[in-house]
Amino acid sequence: QVLIFAGLSQHFLFFPLVAEFPDLRKHNNCMASNLTPAIYAKLCDRATPNGFTLDEAIQTGVDNPGHPFIKTVGMVAGDEESYEVFADLLDPVIKERHNGYDPRAMRHPTDLESSKIQSGHFDERYVLSSRVRTGRSIRGLSLPPACTRAERREVERVVVDALSGLKGDLTGKYYSLTQMTEKEQQQLIDDHFLFDKPVSPLLTCAGMARDWPDARGIWHNNEKTFLIWVNEEDHTRVISMEKGGNMKRVFERFCRGLKEVERLIQERGWEFMWNERLGYILTCPSNLGTGLRAGVHVKLPLLGKDPRFSKILDNLRLQKRGTGGVDTAAVGGVFDISNLDRLGQSEVQLVQTVIDGVNYLIECEKRLEKGQDIKVPNCFGPK
Amino acid sequence: HSNHIQKSSRSYQMHLKLKYTAEQEYPDLSQHNNHMAKVLTSEMYANLRDKETSSGFTLDDVIQTGVDNPGHPFIMTVGCVAGDEETYEVFKDLMDPVIEDRHGGYKPTDKHKTDLNPDNLQGGDDLDPNYVLSSRVRTGRSIRGFCLPPHCSRGERRTIENLSIETLASLEGDLKGKYYALKNMTEEEQQQLIDDHFLFDKPVSPLLLASGMARDWPDGRGIWHNDSKTFLVWVNEEDHLRVISMQKGGNMREVFTRFCTGLTKIEELFKERGHEFMWNEHLGYILTCPSNLGTGLRAGVHVKLPNVSKHEKFSEILKRLRLQKRGTGGVDTAAVGGVFDISNADRLGFSEVELVQMVVDGVNLLVEMEKRLEAGESIDDMMPEQK
Repeated sequence: QVLIFAGLSQHFLFFPLVAEFPDLRKHNNCMASNLTPAIYAKLCDRATPNGFTLDEAIQTGVDNPGHPFIKTVGMVAGDEESYEVFADLLDPVIKERHNGYDPRAMRHPTDLESSKIQSGHFDERYVLSSRVRTGRSIRGLSLPPACTRAERREVERVVVDALSGLKGDLTGKYYSLTQMTEKEQQQLIDDHFLFDKPVSPLLTCAGMARDWPDARGIWHNNEKTFLIWVNEEDHTRVISMEKGGNMKRVFERFCRGLKEVERLIQERGWEFMWNERLGYILTCPSNLGTGLRAGVHVKLPLLGKDPRFSKILDNLRLQKRGTGGVDTAAVGGVFDISNLDRLGQSEVQLVQTVIDGVNYLIECEKRLEKGQDIKVPNCFGPK
Repeated sequence: HSNHIQKSSRSYQMHLKLKYTAEQEYPDLSQHNNHMAKVLTSEMYANLRDKETSSGFTLDDVIQTGVDNPGHPFIMTVGCVAGDEETYEVFKDLMDPVIEDRHGGYKPTDKHKTDLNPDNLQGGDDLDPNYVLSSRVRTGRSIRGFCLPPHCSRGERRTIENLSIETLASLEGDLKGKYYALKNMTEEEQQQLIDDHFLFDKPVSPLLLASGMARDWPDGRGIWHNDSKTFLVWVNEEDHLRVISMQKGGNMREVFTRFCTGLTKIEELFKERGHEFMWNEHLGYILTCPSNLGTGLRAGVHVKLPNVSKHEKFSEILKRLRLQKRGTGGVDTAAVGGVFDISNADRLGFSEVELVQMVVDGVNLLVEMEKRLEAGESIDDMMPEQK
């Protein structure tokens, strides 16, 4: 048996390799599917320049075996370098999660030119609201699983400082979680803007909730159509939204806001984590590339009950959720419909996919209303 | 992939940790009410933050649970944990005042007495079974040389488990028993352990989760008990070992005797295999939570006190007897049907025998008070002195 150092600094404990390898026999997540003893042996002695280790990266996947039907990712990045240092594991995980995308061979297209979007104003008898979200990480600072309090506070400082430079319809205000008044808190709850300390063990086991609510907060513009979460699951989550079906306008504001924030942080000597292989770098490998989820709340009471609904969504590269977000059920026939993919296609491409797909779903619903039959569309785009 | 560092390059890692000033890293404890928060000033943080134990446990690791869990206005939690035996030395400046505050003024120069000789206990075999439903004594033990649950690796945890299995398998006579690994038990075994009230679950308390004790669950965790179900050992839950002796009724003496015999035997068996328990003459037995130092001992009974518990002086009586009450579900539960869990409040600075004696004497008094109140008589003349 191979004896290796399995400890930090002077704590020398000689264990056979097999003694440290996690027991993943009951596990069903992407990390567990791809972590072999050989990969573990190769990577377990390494740390990123910030000191983030393999054990820390996979802890969430060890602690949360997963679900027979839902395949979670099972690992996180602690910093930008994680994606390089632990590439032997992260590359196959990314490949599995993102439909065969190979970070060693492929390039990810970034495209935030919202003028390219065609149509994108939905029938508002069906679409109740439209929303686009993504995340951005500040290069040079560790990610939520690994950051120290000072780093997290630095993220907050950099982002809030930049946001104070937004003008026009993007003028807004920051509400720190530690300092908001009861009244502000209630308003944010009523607006459905307030985020809570994570309770999902997928997140808490990765260490993202440490020091809560220190350096966490919410920024939004006065019109309440552009919102930024600071230091929740990522350095920033950026959300553009409005009632009704004008997805094109939501995306236009999304792109404009993002570019403006990027310009403002660059003025101050910072930049977002991005590279051509993986696009925008975020904490969870599932959010690489665009990190983009464009979605609508849409009334599809008849289609929602049709046995072909799942297949239709699949072929349109869309996913459904309840209106409470991931892990909730649809209420009153209203679904949250959004893009499945994140990496390998650009923002423009993904939003167009959602627009075309939702339009198709609305057509199906209208046909069913009239007692007409519907068709399952052919597979759309890369599978 | 050449931009990684070796995990073991300690000085480089600590250098990275010091990139920001102490002030920038100092936690916001303004909403907090736990022992750690009361004691950790920004000066203390600055002095301690560049230190770590040989296994790499840092100040931030020690205090994470206390930062994440501000506490409760009425209940004072500890707010810090040890990741290994050395934590209590390296972070002495923090641990000593926390220990002093938690353990009734115990000084850094005080010596703790260990006494596991049950012959030194007086009485205790006849707590009135009409009132005392069950008797129980528990403690914890840590195996020297290994990191504690907040910090141990999977390999260490499994080694602790294997050592424990081997050692416990050698117990004989009344102590002969069987080990049930959490990840291997059958549905039937699991149900039996639940029915016996032996099975422990993955911790849900944020106090424990925030310190990393539940990592890799249920790997390396298990329950051992003797065939007569009166001696039980938990492996790798909140401590390396939790040792419990229990039985129905009021014969605390028998429970304590078995406790001492069992512990002493287990210690012997570990020593035969080249391992000892973490212990020193200042802090007694070393456990994960500073609240469990010294004896780590909680001796308690489930006792029916529907009348006494409603008396206006009940809390005062318990305080003077150095006892505490809990509901019968354990810490953080409420009493049901007038049945209370009454146990010693202290852990450190008193020996095992002394603590069990306090419980025996105190419970006897409480039962006498209960009988008086049942008979409609006053208990004013029975008020105890402060112990």
